[in-house]
Amino acid sequence: MREYFKNIWAAVFTVLVGMKVTFKHLFVPAVTIQYPDVKPKLPERERNRLYVNMDDCIGCDQCARACPLGIINIETVKALPTEDLKTSQGRKKALWVTNFTIDFAKCCYCQLCVFPCPTECIYMTDVYEFSEYERENLIYNFSTLTPEEIEQKKTNLSLFEAEKAKEKAAKSAAAPAPAKPVPPAAPTETKKEN
Amino acid sequence: MSIEVEEKISKLTEVQKRGNGLRTEHMVLNMGPQHPSTHGVLRLELELEGEIIKKVIPHIGYLHRCFEKHAEAMTYPQVVPYTDRMDYLGAMYNEFGYAVAVEKLLGIQVPERVDYIRVIMGELQRIASHLVALGTYGLDIGAFTPFLYCFRDREKILNLFEITCGARLLYNYIWVGGLSHDIHPDFVRLTKEFVTYFKPNIKELNDLLTNNKIFIDRTANVGVLPKETAINYGISGPNLRASGFKWDIRKDDTYSVYNKFDFDIPVGQGLMGTVGDCWDRYYLRVQEMEQSLRIIEQAIDQIPEGDVSSAIPKRIKPPVGQVYSRVENPRGELGYFIISNGGTSPFRVKVKGPSFVNLGIMDELSRGHMVADIIAILGSIDIVLGEVDR
Amino acid sequence: MTYDFFYKLFGSQVIAAIIQSLLPLFVFILPFALFAVWLERKVSAHMQDRLGPMRVGWHGWLQTVADILKLIQKEDIIATANDKPLFNLAPVLVFVGTYAAFAAIPFTSAFIGSNLDLGVFFIVAVSGFVVAGILMAGWASNNKYSLLGAMRSAAQIISYEIPTVMVIITIVMITGTLNLNTLSQLQTGHFWNWMIFGGPVFGVSKFLMIPFMIISFGIIYISTLAEVNRTPFDIPEAESELVSGYHTEYSGMKFAMFFLAEYANMFAVSAIVTALFFGGYQSPIGYIGHLLGLPWLVPIEQLFWFTAKGLFFVFVQMWLRWTLPRLRVDQLMTACWKYLIPIAFADLIIIGLITLI
Repeated sequence: MREYFKNIWAAVFTVLVGMKVTFKHLFVPAVTIQYPDVKPKLPERERNRLYVNMDDCIGCDQCARACPLGIINIETVKALPTEDLKTSQGRKKALWVTNFTIDFAKCCYCQLCVFPCPTECIYMTDVYEFSEYERENLIYNFSTLTPEEIEQKKTNLSLFEAEKAKEKAAKSAAAPAPAKPVPPAAPTETKKEN
Repeated sequence: MSIEVEEKISKLTEVQKRGNGLRTEHMVLNMGPQHPSTHGVLRLELELEGEIIKKVIPHIGYLHRCFEKHAEAMTYPQVVPYTDRMDYLGAMYNEFGYAVAVEKLLGIQVPERVDYIRVIMGELQRIASHLVALGTYGLDIGAFTPFLYCFRDREKILNLFEITCGARLLYNYIWVGGLSHDIHPDFVRLTKEFVTYFKPNIKELNDLLTNNKIFIDRTANVGVLPKETAINYGISGPNLRASGFKWDIRKDDTYSVYNKFDFDIPVGQGLMGTVGDCWDRYYLRVQEMEQSLRIIEQAIDQIPEGDVSSAIPKRIKPPVGQVYSRVENPRGELGYFIISNGGTSPFRVKVKGPSFVNLGIMDELSRGHMVADIIAILGSIDIVLGEVDR
Repeated sequence: MTYDFFYKLFGSQVIAAIIQSLLPLFVFILPFALFAVWLERKVSAHMQDRLGPMRVGWHGWLQTVADILKLIQKEDIIATANDKPLFNLAPVLVFVGTYAAFAAIPFTSAFIGSNLDLGVFFIVAVSGFVVAGILMAGWASNNKYSLLGAMRSAAQIISYEIPTVMVIITIVMITGTLNLNTLSQLQTGHFWNWMIFGGPVFGVSKFLMIPFMIISFGIIYISTLAEVNRTPFDIPEAESELVSGYHTEYSGMKFAMFFLAEYANMFAVSAIVTALFFGGYQSPIGYIGHLLGLPWLVPIEQLFWFTAKGLFFVFVQMWLRWTLPRLRVDQLMTACWKYLIPIAFADLIIIGLITLI
């Protein structure tokens, strides 16, 4: 019988205690915000969409190799010695980056690509609203060169290499030393890593 | 359809032949994979007699993402983001376990500062993970409000992680040999603020949910897991301790700098019912949060100076060999078994996950209880399907 | 009375009766249900440190209207395995059961849908309709979760009607009437004339009665809470166990009908509690209309007090919902048969003895 009344008392009392807690919270200001109108302040280390500063990119492919998902795709063309390519820190660039795509549909925002970059040109920004209706639109191309320019660079290089090969051939013909086999002119050098 | 029906009818006559005369049949109820309280995509096949459970068959694999096979194709640092995705509520601790295992394989010692930060992060993650467990447990029992209070506090922890490494859920923070970032200058102050903010909230949670008579009625003496059964099934973590067995890898097989801190290992006492019931498992998590706060309070003032990335190897290429290393994840023993063939990728990574092992007890615990109890039992075991299926 | 007014206006008994019966639906039940859903969202949100709906209208007050508009446009899904006639009939029956209860509820002294002498009895009887509707819904859905929910619901509502009726008998024993209008009129004057404070009679028995009346009130409040399937007794639609019980398979407007019926029912039971214990439509402090000598103001004031009292109890129902976990089926039955019914019975006898003094 004692147990019976104790149960009733416990039920009533604990319910009232719980009600007191929730009633107090009725007057506590909300911790949520009205998202699209009010945006949260993001910390400086926020890891969201990647950005590549193409002026500084030297096409070294280290980020593509670090990516666990293989979503960074870099293609490069060798620059001619006559072309003066420099990063913002004045570092010499040996390659034209003809293609630099990142597939954000697959990106896992692990930041592993950011750390190996020698020029710190790839980094994560605080942009997090970039939904798309089509999956293809999430493949971002950061390369600044137009297709015509890429074509031009490629022909430039092949012309230059053909000229070089010709020169070499002429040299080797002039000096009858043990003739090296002339390497066929590789038009472009592409790198692809998956 | 008709064949199935005929089969059923033939089974029925079997039952009738056995002699009870009455035409009875057990009802098979599929709970999940789309169900509000299977905590993800678990499918439970329940065999019911009325509302009494006769048998439970958990079906898993709906979230299988080939973690172990993936790891074989990745270099050692690239595996870290994948470990995050196993137990996504305890991501920091998965990285911790992996880092400890690979460091053991490499034979390197990390700076003390790294160890301290790892411990603080790990314990914050433990609190965050337990908050989800407790909040969703309240939700399973039918109380909505504690869930939001728990998530409100968890947000604060996620904010701490966010200022440190920029991510809120899947951190890739604890690396082999070090950390990706040093802690933020504000981190120590904010963590102390969090500790003082959070302590009264545990009491509030106790008032609102833990000591509520209805909650006690729903959970006490339900799903009692005796100590022997727990050990036989290989249960670990809070579920094992709630059964009264004092076993915590942080103390019993210590790693990192856990031996430098003073903390207790709470065990289930059967305060409201039997030792090892759902209420004990629930309350143990509340007590563990308090102990984690104690560890954080001790560690936060003693973080030594140093460089967090000095010990990170440029190229991780462990010698040929194998290692098994285990840590105390929020859910129990998280073990990594790594075989190296001397290359840059592991030859094999086997994970012994606590959720997967703990889920095995489901059938044993649920028999003879009601449908409503299976929710209480499943919630008290606290599984994360990401880690069960991997 | 409004019926006479409409009769004079249209000169036809049929039209007057139809208007009389539809009046509470459009003037009260629908707006109330829409408001209550919004209130529930806001109350829950603020109790949980959230904001709740904020987009449609000021603090989202039009959100429910928008939701209903959305539900009307939705496809009315009927699965092939459903028992179509029952499936279609069930939400109507549930709604009708709830709506019919409003017929005998005295909103003011000037408007009462039907001034039945068996008012309370009628409400209790007609609430039984809801059980049939819920059972139908659970059976016709051909879904195991729905069936379990419906079975639980039937068991629950039938069990909890017993303590409700016990308490009603207690009140009827004191007042000697089943007519809710008469009951409300009895409790006129000031709040110390309310039944919870021992009724309109003065003397020793009044003060002896107060604690037992409070217990009676507690019992009827708890059991009506169970009858409308609210937390902690919401096991028929227990979200975490049975997805949403008997209305799992319903979509669109049929779902909306269950939903509106639930909220209308919340007010109906609150109204009964108000009429039985808290003076019905009577003002606790006297009427401004009498003070100013404006008799037409009195019914409006009465409507205000009735709605305010009813809304307060609806608020407490919401408050409980967002505080408490839910019971298990067997515990629900234990609470009813082992706790509420014996206490209600003892209460009935004690109050009976007190009235004899």
